[in-house]
Amino acid sequence: MPVTRLKETASQTAGPYVHIGCVPSFAGLKGMYGGQDLGAVMLTEATQGERIAIEGCVYDGIGVPLTDAMLEIWQADAQGLYNARNETRGTADPSFTGWGRQPTAADGGLFRFETIRPGRVPWPDGRLQAPHITVWVVARGINLGLATRIYFEDEAEANATDPVLSRIEHKARIPTLIAKRSGDTYRFDIHLQGPHETIFFDI
Amino acid sequence: MIPNRPPVGGAYYPRDLLVHPPAYAPTYKTSILRSPQKARIGIDGSLSETTGPVFGHNILGELDNDMVLNYAAPGESAIGERTIVYGRVMDQDGRPVPNVLVEAWQANAGGRYRHKKDGYFAPLDPNFGGCGRTITREDGSYEFRTVRPGAYPWPNGVNDWRPAHIHFSVFGDGFAQRLITQMYFEGDPLIPLCPIAQTIPDKDALDRLIARYDPARTIPMDARAYHFDIVLRGRRATFFENRKEGL
Ligand SMILES: [Fe+3]
Repeated sequence: MPVTRLKETASQTAGPYVHIGCVPSFAGLKGMYGGQDLGAVMLTEATQGERIAIEGCVYDGIGVPLTDAMLEIWQADAQGLYNARNETRGTADPSFTGWGRQPTAADGGLFRFETIRPGRVPWPDGRLQAPHITVWVVARGINLGLATRIYFEDEAEANATDPVLSRIEHKARIPTLIAKRSGDTYRFDIHLQGPHETIFFDI
Repeated sequence: MIPNRPPVGGAYYPRDLLVHPPAYAPTYKTSILRSPQKARIGIDGSLSETTGPVFGHNILGELDNDMVLNYAAPGESAIGERTIVYGRVMDQDGRPVPNVLVEAWQANAGGRYRHKKDGYFAPLDPNFGGCGRTITREDGSYEFRTVRPGAYPWPNGVNDWRPAHIHFSVFGDGFAQRLITQMYFEGDPLIPLCPIAQTIPDKDALDRLIARYDPARTIPMDARAYHFDIVLRGRRATFFENRKEGL
């Protein structure tokens, strides 16, 4: 390990115009990058797994939904494999990217991802993690992207032994990580501050 | 084509929060209501954080990294000071990070963004969109051609101006490396006055966001050049499979 380890480049807020760079079609830049924003579609007909949607809002400290945020999600496929260069356990479903990116709506602040239920992924010691999705939130006023996790309320048994959920001391905060099911849609709201502040992770 | 590099190792080095702005930075007013107040909880590198999405060169159009032309009508080009921004994406051990997506966005030469929320009265340039993207080469290098963005005023204090800057979004191999930042230009007197730049408490960390003018990379009679390197988190050399770590 070199003594002269470099410092990570400092983060800066994504600002109010993040859409221009990351979701240009949403920002109104017609035809940019072929007219489809990267990460807008995670699935094809061929994708294996149970179709689900995840929607919610990102609320500020006085309960106002952010209408200028952008979220990214990263998850395993139905078998629990990541479609990543450094996935060494097997080959993930080629029809599933595992990565999605969506803005919160300019009107009302709702975000929505159409995806599949992820499989279980092992923790470094071999135990299985509960099905979960990693979330990353950026916006004006957020100086360093915020990472959290979505777990599913109908996976109570897996959640009970999940290595990450088990290490959370303030059990009363765990519900901030659990998406609530209604049909095929899960609701996952993110609270940046306040009594229901979402648990954010240093990943 | 994505070369299949062997994985470098295990979990990422813990993030050094001293190089980053704190969540709560009251001189940047929007952060007041958008900053979490409780401590983050550490997740020390499971596969969910050490893996990340892959983007192939096949997603790129020929002009994606050329903001001078990528929104311009045929035969036209963006107005402004033609500028090359180039550098290398590397990790904390100085290793190149190849084949990762770098996205950039910026105001036009007058300081106006092509965005419905930007009401600044500097005019839009019909031939400038304001975004570009590229994928790093084998040596981690990247390059954009653009026009130098203008400074612009913004509602925060009574008279706050953003220095000329380009926003950067960078992916690594692992989702834990994900980073959004801003690049400034050497010699800009607005940098020390900007509440957003000044959210970074460490002077050296801010200094590393300032691109250096590089006469050697200018294109004579065409464009000037600025050099901006990006450092993503490095990872421990131990292999994931061998790590035994309890809680
Ligand atoms: Fe900006």
